Amino acid sequence: MLGTEALIQCLKSEGVEVLFGIPGGVIIPIFDGLYDSDIRVILTRHEQGAAHAADGYARVTGKVGVCLATSGPGATNLVTGLANAHMDSVPMVAITGQVNTPLIGRDSFQEADITGITMPITKHNYLVKKPQDLPVILKEAFMIARTGRPGPVLVDIPQDISTAEYRFKIPDEVEINGYKPTVIGNKRQIANAAGLIQRAKRPVLYVGGGIIISEAYRELFDLATRINCPVTNTLMGKGAFPETHELSLGMLGMHGTWYANTSISNADLLIAIGVRFDDRVTGKIERFAPKAKIIHIDIDPAEIGKNVQVKTPIVGDAKHIISAILDELDGTPDTSEWIETVNKWKKEHPLSYNMSSSSIPPQYVVEKIYEMTKGDAIIATEVGQNQMWAAQYYKMKLPRKFLSSGGLGTMGYGFPAAIGAQIGAPDKLVIDIAGDGSFMMNIQELATAVCNDIPVKVAVLNNGYLGMVRQWQDMFYNKRYSCTCLKGNPEFAELAKAFGAVGITVNEKDEVEPAINEAMNNGKPTVIDFKVSPEENVMPMVPKLAALDEMIEKYEG
Amino acid sequence: MEEKISLKHTFSVLVANKPGVLTRVAGLFSRRGYNIDSLAVGTTIDPAVSRITLVVEGNERILEQVSKQLNKLIEVKKVIDITDVDTVDRGLFLIKVNAEAKQRQEIISIANIFRAQVVDVGEKSMILEVTGNEEKVDAIQRLLNRYGIIEMVRTGKVVLLRGEKKT
Repeated sequence: MLGTEALIQCLKSEGVEVLFGIPGGVIIPIFDGLYDSDIRVILTRHEQGAAHAADGYARVTGKVGVCLATSGPGATNLVTGLANAHMDSVPMVAITGQVNTPLIGRDSFQEADITGITMPITKHNYLVKKPQDLPVILKEAFMIARTGRPGPVLVDIPQDISTAEYRFKIPDEVEINGYKPTVIGNKRQIANAAGLIQRAKRPVLYVGGGIIISEAYRELFDLATRINCPVTNTLMGKGAFPETHELSLGMLGMHGTWYANTSISNADLLIAIGVRFDDRVTGKIERFAPKAKIIHIDIDPAEIGKNVQVKTPIVGDAKHIISAILDELDGTPDTSEWIETVNKWKKEHPLSYNMSSSSIPPQYVVEKIYEMTKGDAIIATEVGQNQMWAAQYYKMKLPRKFLSSGGLGTMGYGFPAAIGAQIGAPDKLVIDIAGDGSFMMNIQELATAVCNDIPVKVAVLNNGYLGMVRQWQDMFYNKRYSCTCLKGNPEFAELAKAFGAVGITVNEKDEVEPAINEAMNNGKPTVIDFKVSPEENVMPMVPKLAALDEMIEKYEG
Repeated sequence: MEEKISLKHTFSVLVANKPGVLTRVAGLFSRRGYNIDSLAVGTTIDPAVSRITLVVEGNERILEQVSKQLNKLIEVKKVIDITDVDTVDRGLFLIKVNAEAKQRQEIISIANIFRAQVVDVGEKSMILEVTGNEEKVDAIQRLLNRYGIIEMVRTGKVVLLRGEKKT
């Protein structure tokens, strides 16, 4: 059997149905093997697109996303995609070609030390040096990617390994000495947590991507409703708890809702599950939840105590631990007064924007998309203002439907991720809520969407700026708009047409609905260029280094 | 407001004996901004496993993170903080010192007190080999300073638990 054939068999035994990638010199043998296989290969137009597409596919399906690139520049082009998946704990396997083993280390053509380069941005990586190691390494790679706190694993395969003739034995199972993620939580700590919960007067559940990875939505819902506790979610946690539910506070943090941040600042107990106290969430860390005892539940022990000291840490899988806490509770706290206060805050400080100007408010576009899709679409976002408006105004009812680059903040993520998502969920409506700056960073993937009939929609909130940076310059740099004006943008609708996609330009408010309607029903990749108010800001905002209760609710410039 | 108290801890880290493991460990320290005071790597009786002995300086939060982050590396099998357990620790130290003929006897007697070996004698210099724990090495270094130390080299510290227990 050839190395390539063993590789394909391994992929199949892992249940891989689709790969995203681009061929090149040393990986031709692998693509040659794939030519006859029934694994679908999506040719992207840049390796970064392949990595993000695999990421989007993984987030939507919960399976391991797989991308493929050649050595050297092909592999280095994956770097941003891997770092992105690493920061957001997305299960991915990246397979790269490498030069022939005797040529390694000699600065050969298209040689790059990709295992060295990606060491800090992968959960683990491998350079295959002997053909007999290939099947075991692949088995380990998939196991590492999907278990514990998931993440990307890179496998670098020299050309002479993929062309080696060998009697490959594909293992059914592998065990890695010393690698055993903790699933079941500590009993005593679970009892402590239950005790704290029963005694709380002003509890808040602060939940993130860990709920989605562990598929603990049902358990979370039961806990929140049983103890009558408000729930705020991180960007990564959108869909962990229905944001339409009366207990939901929406997102917290730098651009979170006024009431979520205020609730955190006044809570006496924070139940943090599958979150990592990121600086964009906490603001000034010393003043985060100053009145609260903190229960921190996470599968990664290194997250405990990394950013905040907590009262009750519990390491393990969220689903198991929440169930165990539910079993342990023998009473529920009386939170009625707290809920009343929170509801008052919600009423007095809702998210809001100005509809009176003649131009189109970007928030209005997101709100319309939300209404018209009944909150049921899969939403990918780019990074910046578009991302925050999408998070604020597209309320998520279900998990695995909101794809956003939370940790790394990768502009250009959303569009290829949407393509991957659409392949993972062919019957769903997938919309990338984009900015003009971000969309330009991976716009070449329009070709991928068109030639594979992937009917994703891109809603470009086109303000002609790198909007989030412009907002900071507006608020904190005396409106000195250094390099944020994107003069020279193309007409996106025309560009879409040039690729063979549908392009629509929207200049007026009353054109918003018809455009969305057309995109929703045409079954084709579609770009809508919404010319929105150029200098709209995302509000509320917690300024950098400020505490959550120092947020600016309205900014008049 | 980081806790200020800085402590020195010694970790014994068992890792898979594979190429690149040391890079993973060292890379972890540099990218997370931890300081390695001393490092020693060697084989164990199991050829598939190597031992890395690390001395790390930092506050309590950092030391806890060091151990947790090391544990996250797939090729790390076991991390033990052996700072507060009963251990034998040793380092090897070579020191080249100025030694005119008339100073030799004096230096040799210092070496004897510390059970150091004279391993080379030149016309105007000597090399001493010292093994021991840090305090011993520091003490002899202080005494030799006045002759003028030409150069020196020091290995990282290696440690084993006393008694039958294994790390």
